[in-house]
Amino acid sequence: MLLGVALVLGACGFIGNEDAPLTTFEPAGPFAERIDGLFWPVFWIATVVFALVMGAIFVAVVLYRDKDGAKEARQLHGSPKLEILWTVIPALILAGIAVPTTAAVFELSECDPEAMEIEVIGHQWWFEYHYPDAGIETANVMVIPAGTEICAKMTSDDVLHNFWIPALNGKRYLVPGQETELRLQADQPGEYWGHCAEFCGLSHSLMRARVVALDSADYQAWVTAQQAPTLLPAEGTPEYEGYQVYLNKQCTLCHTVRFDDDSASNIVPADAFNGPDLTHFADRSTFAGATLPEEGESRTAALKRWLENPPEVKPGSFMPDLALTEAEIDSLIIWLESNT
Amino acid sequence: MTATAERPQTTIFSRPKSTTGFWSWVTTVDHKKIGIMYGYAAFAFFVLGGVEALLLRIQLTQANSEFLTAGAYNALFTMHGTTMIFLFVMPVGAAFMNYLLPLLIGARDVAFPRLNALSWWIFFFGGIFLYSTFIFGTSVPPVGVDGLGGIDGNLAAGGGPGSFNFLASSPDGGWFGYQPNAGPLYSPGTAMDYWALGLQILGLASLISSINFIVTVFNMRAKGMRLLRMPVFAWMSTVVAFLLLFSLPIIAIALFMVTADRQFGALFFAPTGGGDPILWQHLFWLFGHPEVYILILPAMGIVSEVLPVFSRKPLFGYSAVVFAGAAIAFLGFGVWAHHMFASGITPVAQAAFGLATMTIAIPTGIKIFNWLGTMWMGRIRLTTPLLFAIGFVAMFTIGGLSGVTHSIVPSDWQQTDTYYIVAHFHYVLFGGAVFGIFAGLYYWFPKLTGRVMSEKLGKTQFWLMIIGFNLTFAPMHWLGLQGMVRRTWKYAPETGLEPWNVAVTIGAFIIALAIAVFMFNWYTSKRRGRLSGLDPWDARTVEWMSPNPTPEYNFAVPPVVERLDHFWHLKYDEDEEGRAAAKPDMDQILSDIEEEQLNPRAPIHLPNPSYFPFFVALGIPVIFYGIIYHTTMWGKALIVLGVLITLSSLIGWSTEPLEEPHSEHADPDEGYAHEPAEEVMPS
Repeated sequence: MLLGVALVLGACGFIGNEDAPLTTFEPAGPFAERIDGLFWPVFWIATVVFALVMGAIFVAVVLYRDKDGAKEARQLHGSPKLEILWTVIPALILAGIAVPTTAAVFELSECDPEAMEIEVIGHQWWFEYHYPDAGIETANVMVIPAGTEICAKMTSDDVLHNFWIPALNGKRYLVPGQETELRLQADQPGEYWGHCAEFCGLSHSLMRARVVALDSADYQAWVTAQQAPTLLPAEGTPEYEGYQVYLNKQCTLCHTVRFDDDSASNIVPADAFNGPDLTHFADRSTFAGATLPEEGESRTAALKRWLENPPEVKPGSFMPDLALTEAEIDSLIIWLESNT
Repeated sequence: MTATAERPQTTIFSRPKSTTGFWSWVTTVDHKKIGIMYGYAAFAFFVLGGVEALLLRIQLTQANSEFLTAGAYNALFTMHGTTMIFLFVMPVGAAFMNYLLPLLIGARDVAFPRLNALSWWIFFFGGIFLYSTFIFGTSVPPVGVDGLGGIDGNLAAGGGPGSFNFLASSPDGGWFGYQPNAGPLYSPGTAMDYWALGLQILGLASLISSINFIVTVFNMRAKGMRLLRMPVFAWMSTVVAFLLLFSLPIIAIALFMVTADRQFGALFFAPTGGGDPILWQHLFWLFGHPEVYILILPAMGIVSEVLPVFSRKPLFGYSAVVFAGAAIAFLGFGVWAHHMFASGITPVAQAAFGLATMTIAIPTGIKIFNWLGTMWMGRIRLTTPLLFAIGFVAMFTIGGLSGVTHSIVPSDWQQTDTYYIVAHFHYVLFGGAVFGIFAGLYYWFPKLTGRVMSEKLGKTQFWLMIIGFNLTFAPMHWLGLQGMVRRTWKYAPETGLEPWNVAVTIGAFIIALAIAVFMFNWYTSKRRGRLSGLDPWDARTVEWMSPNPTPEYNFAVPPVVERLDHFWHLKYDEDEEGRAAAKPDMDQILSDIEEEQLNPRAPIHLPNPSYFPFFVALGIPVIFYGIIYHTTMWGKALIVLGVLITLSSLIGWSTEPLEEPHSEHADPDEGYAHEPAEEVMPS
């Protein structure tokens, strides 16, 4: 009993908890709200059934506990009336739940044909986003316009992943060789946390996601900025040093950057190993599968930790330990952070 | 007071003769000894799986903890799930069925005693095979850019930060082995082969015993033991046997496909080769959901035996409980895709599987209400078995209700793959199955030992367990809804998940303490427990007409069953109010039964022990080791060796009669094998 009270109180504390960015209790868009609206009635029905069953156990144990001088029990074998009753009543309750459930499944499954499309590609262990209309490629942080429906068209480059932004909708698998759809919409600008929910190998726990919703003006500005290429650093600048490290330490085997000078842009061949597109890297609030920087850590410190030995931060990371020197790391960070 | 008669030898090899000591256990075909071995082995695996769980909990106590490496964590949750399902709950169910099924239906053994020994030894070697992955297995993540441009592989840092990385050599693809992550490309190394082939061996064991139990129930019942006079545990065992019979072939095929993918490049589940990773999920859950009922129905049977005895009333709605069990099993084959609501199957399929899932709540509810009806107006004796049975009803209700929330498909899109699911199925399988198992262990302990377990320690264990259990698993509901995904090695401190994770870990250690109390209780009660006599609980069913501990022959005189709860009605009449009234000569009746059952009038003929089940089973893991290493000479040699062991043992088996010919007596009471089936079967 006390335990139950403690749990309920704890739960209430949780529901109002601003510090739980992955909570399902604070839907921020119509789809998550629809789900939330389905959950609570069922939760309360379940609570009533639970209370009745527990109450019956409790009363039975108190009332009918064997005492000295208690009479023997009447040898009842059952009651067909009761059997029918407790078959029919649950069936009716379930039928009542089934109708809105079925309606919601169909409503929430199909994207609005007018919705804005974003392609989501899962990798071990980060999400890649393509904006086919705007011609943008980015990673880890999905930027969307608030108040607009997004139709995420999803697939995977390797194993199964599961894209989940609790505040915006439930989750959906990313299946290699197949395309799945997920509707997303944030009503207000803001940052929404997400996580890969399907076990996808060694660093599954470090495959996270972030959705940033912007109002329409900010979103347009972001699109314009993303569509512009990155400036090629001028020779002799500290940024140029970093750019040279990028070129010479085999980063280009996996990573792409689109420069204003086309001849400098590199595109990773389709059959090569695919790492995140680093164009406008500095615009992203988080990197390395949306796990860095950690709470209280500066971007520079996080980048440094990452570049020193990626698999130490993210076990099994396909970005290997490149044995970069301290100086190389520092100049690489200067260039990356200038890469807006 | 003899058991078996002397027999002349008929085979070329001498038959095993020892009735005590090591070889008597290796060669036994006695369902009770086999059940005991199943039980101890399952419990040993329970302890191993529990230690794995505790390591996982230590890792999750703190955000961003680096107690385990990612590799060790993934391996431990894979082995925890695999162990608890295939090496603990399933075999402990087999232990109960083996020991009790013949006793409950008034038989002297199962239909095929040597086949029974075979399934036990296959299980035993399968378990050892699976766990040998900790020694021989290798598990490496894909090499990534290894070899590209001369860059070193991506595992320079080993399994990443943390310790216990040596544990990472065991299977790490999850107990569900989702493809293609558990396939050859993303889980190279041999560990997942040990997993796939280990489960294959364990499935074979269960398949063999399922056939054995089905034939036993339909052919070996005592006179008058009509199907609807069978104790509910016997019924649930029958239902489980059919579930095993129909679901195991599915997983067997799926596992062979995985093995073909991994060993021979078959591409069944590899999208790059036109294979379909979702197909694996369909096959896995088409087995995996019936499997859930394979795990829970024996416990439901146990509870249906315990509640009436300690409420001193018949089971309320006996036939409703039986048919509800069968209905659950039947519906259980039609709901597998509710494990896949997020996989992208069509809305029509999602709605259909959602509705099918809801319907399972109806027979489940019928069972729960009938159990409550059994206690209602009873004369309730709060013994340890009853406490565990009540714990089962209460905790299973929670698990059932959270199960209904999964059938609300859009809700499940939020809940699936989070700790909410972990909470749900632990309420069903730990709060349900494990509480039921403990109820059964306390209830039937006298049949094994002739003694009763300590009530004081038993109640201590119960209260520790129910508190520890709820502290462990109730907060997981909240953790899941707060966004904690499953199978996660680390979580960020900003997620606010840490406080409840601390509570969960404390709960897990309280459960461990409860299990330690149980082990101490078992050990001491076996030696010094109060003697039970024939009928320690004032029980209702015929297994208590056999003396305690159960003699080798079970029944010197097989019971002739006149009605449901036959034993109870030998002791009690009903007065004019319908209340139970002890027969005036009840003590005399009981002592007569004991006297009669302890002293067979003539030697009782029992199946002879045999070496062959052990050796047939021994060859199978040898073959499977060979398959894993088939590209080497050693592997090929192992396959040949294993086939030789199994085949030659099978030939030996086929030349050996179950029972040696005997002419020295004619036993009027001797029963089942020689009696025409019509006399035993109802109608």
